[in-house]
Amino acid sequence: MSEDSNFAISIENVGKKYLIGHQRATGDGMRHALEGAMRAPLAWLRARRDQKVHQVDFWALKDISININHGEVVGILGRNGAGKSTLLKLLSRITVPTKGRIRINGRIASLLEVGTGFHPELTGRENVFLNGAILGMSRAEIVRKFDEIVAFSEIEEFLDTPVKRYSSGMYVRLAFSVAAHLDPEMLIVDEVLAVGDTSFQKKCLAKIASYAQAGRTVLFVSHNLDSVRSLCKRGVWLKDGRVNQDGKAEEVIEDYFNDIAVEKCQSLKNTEYGLSIQKVLLKNDQGRESNRFLPGEDLSVEIHYEASKNVKKPIFAVSILGSNGPCFASNMLLDGHIPDVLEGCGTITCTFRSIPLLPQNYSVKLSVRTETVSEMIIAYQEVAYFVVAGDLAEYGYKGAFDAHARYSTGTVVPHEWRLPDGSTIAVSLNRQTPALSGWER
Amino acid sequence: MTELLIESDRIERQYWRDLWSYRELFFFFAWRDLIVRYKQTVVGVSWSLIRPLLTVLVLTVVFGRLGKLPASGMPYPLLVLCGMLPWQFFSSAISESGNSLVAHANMISKVYFPRLVITTSSVMTSFVDFLVSALFLVALMAWYRFVPPVQVVLLPFFVLLAVGASLGAGVWIAALMVEYRDFRFIVPFVVQFGLYLSPVGFQSSLVPARFRLLYSLNPMVGIIDGFRWCLLGARSPIYLPGLAIAVIEVVGLVVTGIWYFRKTERTFADVI
Repeated sequence: MSEDSNFAISIENVGKKYLIGHQRATGDGMRHALEGAMRAPLAWLRARRDQKVHQVDFWALKDISININHGEVVGILGRNGAGKSTLLKLLSRITVPTKGRIRINGRIASLLEVGTGFHPELTGRENVFLNGAILGMSRAEIVRKFDEIVAFSEIEEFLDTPVKRYSSGMYVRLAFSVAAHLDPEMLIVDEVLAVGDTSFQKKCLAKIASYAQAGRTVLFVSHNLDSVRSLCKRGVWLKDGRVNQDGKAEEVIEDYFNDIAVEKCQSLKNTEYGLSIQKVLLKNDQGRESNRFLPGEDLSVEIHYEASKNVKKPIFAVSILGSNGPCFASNMLLDGHIPDVLEGCGTITCTFRSIPLLPQNYSVKLSVRTETVSEMIIAYQEVAYFVVAGDLAEYGYKGAFDAHARYSTGTVVPHEWRLPDGSTIAVSLNRQTPALSGWER
Repeated sequence: MTELLIESDRIERQYWRDLWSYRELFFFFAWRDLIVRYKQTVVGVSWSLIRPLLTVLVLTVVFGRLGKLPASGMPYPLLVLCGMLPWQFFSSAISESGNSLVAHANMISKVYFPRLVITTSSVMTSFVDFLVSALFLVALMAWYRFVPPVQVVLLPFFVLLAVGASLGAGVWIAALMVEYRDFRFIVPFVVQFGLYLSPVGFQSSLVPARFRLLYSLNPMVGIIDGFRWCLLGARSPIYLPGLAIAVIEVVGLVVTGIWYFRKTERTFADVI
């Protein structure tokens, strides 16, 4: 039994059942019955007899078993309704499993919603204390961290105005700021970062990442696959209440994306213009389908389309984005090499030569415009993912912190450092002109 | 590090430890309720005084002047106020605490804390009102130059009894309200009804002797009588069997209330 205490969270054969229709039957109780009785004569006339609601069992989670060790950073993925929020609720002790059991070693702080308990009539300052207490901080702790919390939220001047006067952005910043300073042993985060502007979202992610790096256990649920990828080492994919896959984050994310991409492809259709994108394949130098590339390799984006009507002069644009944003792109709008017409089935391929990309996770986005540019045939959206993997040392990189390549700007244009002692070093990811490893040119 | 086990049919032993570690939250909720209440009103703190003042006025006029009910030689307003003090506390406390879970439905489905904290803390605003009304009572006694008897030192016992009655009933209603929203209507009705049924506007000695015991089944009867006895003395004698019933009922309410609350607490987030 003693070896079990190494885990942080142990979920054993957990199932959670909800009764749909249950609330209708008893929640309104006598009043509903009275209403029913009064309506009964009318209902009889309308021949709608059964006001009685039948109850249906709905198993939100079925036989889930997951073991999470201390210090693991786990991403939880799944479609809406897969059971992610239910699982988090169980772990947060908000509700109880119908079957199975959960064992927890350590204190959990849950962020299922930002600003829980905020009262609109209270000022920002008062709400910080209230919200902090609700989340489990002691008063002394809140007092101690108060200045940090306010600084993180960037709303110092508005601290003493009632929260009902805040803009939604300010509200979210303050709310998240309180939650971010919880300093728990284990943190559970549920899609709370879906609100707020991009710069604040980045700040939040960074804060959560700092917990992860400090060795805390983190469970992260988000639909933003990029943030899951950048934060988590392990991924758990929930599908219809069961664990579909549990393993390395990158693999789980890829498989998950491919699963939903099948449905995403359905949105790559424009019935008005008659153009639909069947699939987008990524191919390497040898023409083989791949999702993994080396820096300096060629990357081909093969777009398979079907045009049920004649599509005149469609303007394609393909961009490659890394964890820090767009890296590079191709755009027929600029280069002008627009096909005259698309009819029937076919492919359009864009091959990026010698991609100078650092080892990171990337996404490919596609858009198709009409010849007049004014309208979008296919909206700008993600169509594929790939990973650049490779040992930077082979390209002459000598740094000790190459794990940071994951978060750096992905594109590396060949460059040179000229140092004070007169030496010149060339840095490049291009295989054709390998970097000279040496201090002198 | 103690391991926490979450299972369908286990009542966590952790709960009582949790209640203690969340004790600060109790005060935070009470503080919030008090601040919010006064932030929203123009009248502010004086609302706590105006309400008992007006009720005493109305009851004195209706029962004392118009009804000409006997007062055993005491000033009628004083009689009424002594009865009103515990009743006002009880009725507003059960309304607040009964509604506490439903009012915090959003919090209950998003954050964990022992739910008893919120139900018990919602009694606090009523308690503050009680204290304000007590000041009013002191002022009234001074005006009538009425000196309370020696048994006034026993008053804290009756205050405790009133708190117990409020908590017991409040916890029951709160837990029931989650599943059966009817109580939203039942509670205000009972409170209105109870104001006339309980000996607030009149003395319980008016009730014929053979019905006295039956009448005492209402726990507030024993409590209000006790208040009157402590504050007004021998002219409002205490009826001991009634008091005994009240004590038994209050203890029963509290114990069964907490039992029922704990039993259903695990389903609150699902049903609310």
